[in-house]
Amino acid sequence: MFYFIIRRFASAVLVLFAISVSVFLIFFATPGVDPAARIAGRSASAQVLAHVAREFGLNRPLPIRYWLMMEHLFFKQDLTSYVNIGVRVVPQITQAAPITLSLVIGAAVIWMIVGVLGGVVAAANQGKFIDPFIMFIGIAAVSVPAYWLGEVMNLLTQSKFHSSIFAWVPPPGYVSFTTSPGEWFLHLLFPWLTLAALYAGIYARVLRAELVNALNEDYVRTARAKGLSERRILFRHALRCSLISIVSLFGLDFGALIGGAALLTEVVFGLPGVGMLTYTSLQNLDLPVIMGCVMYGAFFVVLANAVVDVLYAYLDPRVRLA
Amino acid sequence: MGAFVLLVFIVTACLLAPIYAHHLAHENPFTSNLNGTIRLGNKTVNVLQANTQGLGLGVTPIGPTWHFSTYFLGADSQGRDVFARLLYGGRTSLLIGFISAVICCVIAAVLGLASGYFGGAVDWLISRLFDIVWAFPIYLLAISLSVVLLTSGLNIAFIHIQAGSLVLPILIIAAVFVPYVGRPIRGLVMSLKEREFIQAAIGAGASDFHILRKEILPNVMPSIIVFFPLMVAFNMLTESALSFLSIGVQPPAASWGTIINDGLDLLYTRPWVAMAPGIMIVITAGALNVLGDGFRDAFDPKAKLRGSI
Amino acid sequence: MPEAPLLQVRDLTVSFATRQGPLRAVDGLSFDVGQKEIVGIVGESGSGKSVAIYSMLGLVREKNVTITGSVLFEGREILGIGDKELQPIRGGSIGMIFQDPMTALTPVYTVGWQLVEQIRQHLHLPKAAARQRAIELLGQVGIPDPKSRVDRYPHEFSGGMRQRVVIAMALSCNPRLLIADEPTTALDVTTQAQILDLMLKLQDTFDSSIVIITHDMGVIAEMAHRVVVMYAGRPVEIAPELELVRRPRHPYTWGLLDAVPRLDAKHERLRTIRGNAVSPLNLPPGCAFAPRCDYVMDQCAQRPPLHGSLDHVDACWLSGEQRVTIRSAVEEHS
Repeated sequence: MFYFIIRRFASAVLVLFAISVSVFLIFFATPGVDPAARIAGRSASAQVLAHVAREFGLNRPLPIRYWLMMEHLFFKQDLTSYVNIGVRVVPQITQAAPITLSLVIGAAVIWMIVGVLGGVVAAANQGKFIDPFIMFIGIAAVSVPAYWLGEVMNLLTQSKFHSSIFAWVPPPGYVSFTTSPGEWFLHLLFPWLTLAALYAGIYARVLRAELVNALNEDYVRTARAKGLSERRILFRHALRCSLISIVSLFGLDFGALIGGAALLTEVVFGLPGVGMLTYTSLQNLDLPVIMGCVMYGAFFVVLANAVVDVLYAYLDPRVRLA
Repeated sequence: MGAFVLLVFIVTACLLAPIYAHHLAHENPFTSNLNGTIRLGNKTVNVLQANTQGLGLGVTPIGPTWHFSTYFLGADSQGRDVFARLLYGGRTSLLIGFISAVICCVIAAVLGLASGYFGGAVDWLISRLFDIVWAFPIYLLAISLSVVLLTSGLNIAFIHIQAGSLVLPILIIAAVFVPYVGRPIRGLVMSLKEREFIQAAIGAGASDFHILRKEILPNVMPSIIVFFPLMVAFNMLTESALSFLSIGVQPPAASWGTIINDGLDLLYTRPWVAMAPGIMIVITAGALNVLGDGFRDAFDPKAKLRGSI
Repeated sequence: MPEAPLLQVRDLTVSFATRQGPLRAVDGLSFDVGQKEIVGIVGESGSGKSVAIYSMLGLVREKNVTITGSVLFEGREILGIGDKELQPIRGGSIGMIFQDPMTALTPVYTVGWQLVEQIRQHLHLPKAAARQRAIELLGQVGIPDPKSRVDRYPHEFSGGMRQRVVIAMALSCNPRLLIADEPTTALDVTTQAQILDLMLKLQDTFDSSIVIITHDMGVIAEMAHRVVVMYAGRPVEIAPELELVRRPRHPYTWGLLDAVPRLDAKHERLRTIRGNAVSPLNLPPGCAFAPRCDYVMDQCAQRPPLHGSLDHVDACWLSGEQRVTIRSAVEEHS
């Protein structure tokens, strides 16, 4: 088991390296592109261009350029944005991270509760009305573009019903927890619901399918023949076996979201998290920040992948021997 | 199966858009129509009307007329007919979703088959490729590629793709989702390889190509067919997100995502501009999902007994 | 004076409503199981043997099923009484062993955990005592080093070992009746013999009755006191085992017995029953075996009822003399 963990994390590091190389190549080596202009941003003077060219060794071979970039980013940590002159990249990211964290963790709690409940209720009541009903909601939730849902939420809460039902909803933006927990909660409530909607739909459907499969397995028949109650069979046997894949899925989604995959939600609701940072830097072609954000995001995705693999081995004893 | 009918309806409606849209809109839905007028009832009204609310500054386009022949859903900030644009945009969105799904599934199938069947170094390489591409949060990768390629086009050796071409979003979206389909196919091929009938074929001296074509491919096809509508839905959603961010479909072409983006400024005054394309996306993606479920149930005989939507 | 039978099945019928019409998997099954008796139910695949047994314990969960008849266990009707009432009986008074040991156990819990779960469900022992009992049981079914194996997962056992675990579970609460559904079909021949031996030994120790379902006449010969022969969901012959082997009455039983290869026979083709198993959707109105029977008569268009002497009943229109003539002719040729 220990050896397995070591191997898994070693390959994770390898993948991260490959990602950093890929990102570098995308932004610096795409044919027909001028790297200096890209780093310096859109409206850079000749002086800045020359400075950038020296800093990043743009006259030197690709691997050296890559190394310099990585050095600036990770070791010296003095990679600065060239759009917001002088502002360092790494602190920008670390400041934005807690906001994304608040958004994702809150949404995760909601979607796991709703999704698991939905899946269990649907599977336990197969064939009755509530089963296709829940699944229908699930499909609708999956088909909605998240950013559109956010906009619709805004429409309803800020404009249409702002004077009546939703008068208590604050304008888009973020209030940190330490400043005011109440406001923090209110500002995050609708972003949570929007982000959770999509995932709750996915999880309810996946869990229902897994549970229905599990309930048809032989071991459930054995459990029934042992005289166990239906409730115990559902939760202790069927659900326990189905949770394995749900947990893996959750790990991957959670990792991706922490890394900034919720950028559309953040943009729509005006939350200055990592996603928003990525978005604005992309709009401005602020390459250093983009590099930083992408590496940050990729790191979490790769980490989540590795953790999920290890967790899977823990949850499913059959995998451990492999 | 009702989903299928619905889908067919939507697809044909959008594909035929150019033919009848001319009758619907008075003006070309792609050019601005800032000073145009239409007849409502007996009056001639401006398409863009002066604001009466707020500070009384600027202009607001007219809202839905609910008349099929003119500005059914109103106009956008450029005076263009929203409904007509919706239909044209639908063509674009569906086209992109469909084609990129085809490309994605084909590439994923080839890679998955090769990786699962040949194993060894080929498998290692392709799996690592999958890992890397998949490790990028999807939108990040798509956005990164789009940002880079869209402003300057793609120029590698003999491949020249212009900056505004639709081909770019198609390729990017297709590429990003390849691991999603490729990995399960690889797993399937690997488990198929162990089954007796493959061993028998190998023992009978069949060539690799023959086995892949005759034995493995038919067993993988059902999975691909089930994936396909789901991929079209995913790709459409991704395309709309990219277009929403202005790095997908470029003007003057329209897609449902760009229309939503256009409608953002008008969200509180003329919500229909942003709402309508969103609703269309939900319906289309939903129908595709149901179709995918339907395919899956059709291929799995045990599923009939369990039933789900 | 004969004791009241432990299990009394009367006219059990299980029917599924399908798009192609009603599918009768079990059609009028009746038999008794006495105290400490081993009853074998034998028939081809699809003869309804397993479905009959599952339906008795409410293990048939399909929504489109109709079950009628009567099943008296220890004098009490248990057919159709609902899950809540059945739960104390399942695993408590009636233990079940299933066909495929590889998938019968929940993969994520240790063998000991699953044993303890059943023990505590019925016997209400504290954890430590339940675990102790689990270890004892594993030892009794022949699993080496039970103290350490009790904390192992199912996938760490071989097929034969897993089946032993399943048997241990079935016996854990001292059931009066043990039902075994093709317990050795998925195992190799050597293991098969061991498992059967084990079951016989345990039956003696625990004083339980056994119903064993199989398609293998060899298993019947080894284990059963009495035999129920089923075809197309219907019982066609019920007799004590020795009687059945020596004086079989139904042509299907003849087919089954003749199909067993004999060491002393001259080299000749294996005897088979001609034709294919009947589809439960297309049951002929009369005797279900008629299309495949070498001795079919006009009368067979009417379904023959189970009749005969006290111990030995069969469902065939052939009279005693006709049978004697036929069988002696057959024996001359073999």
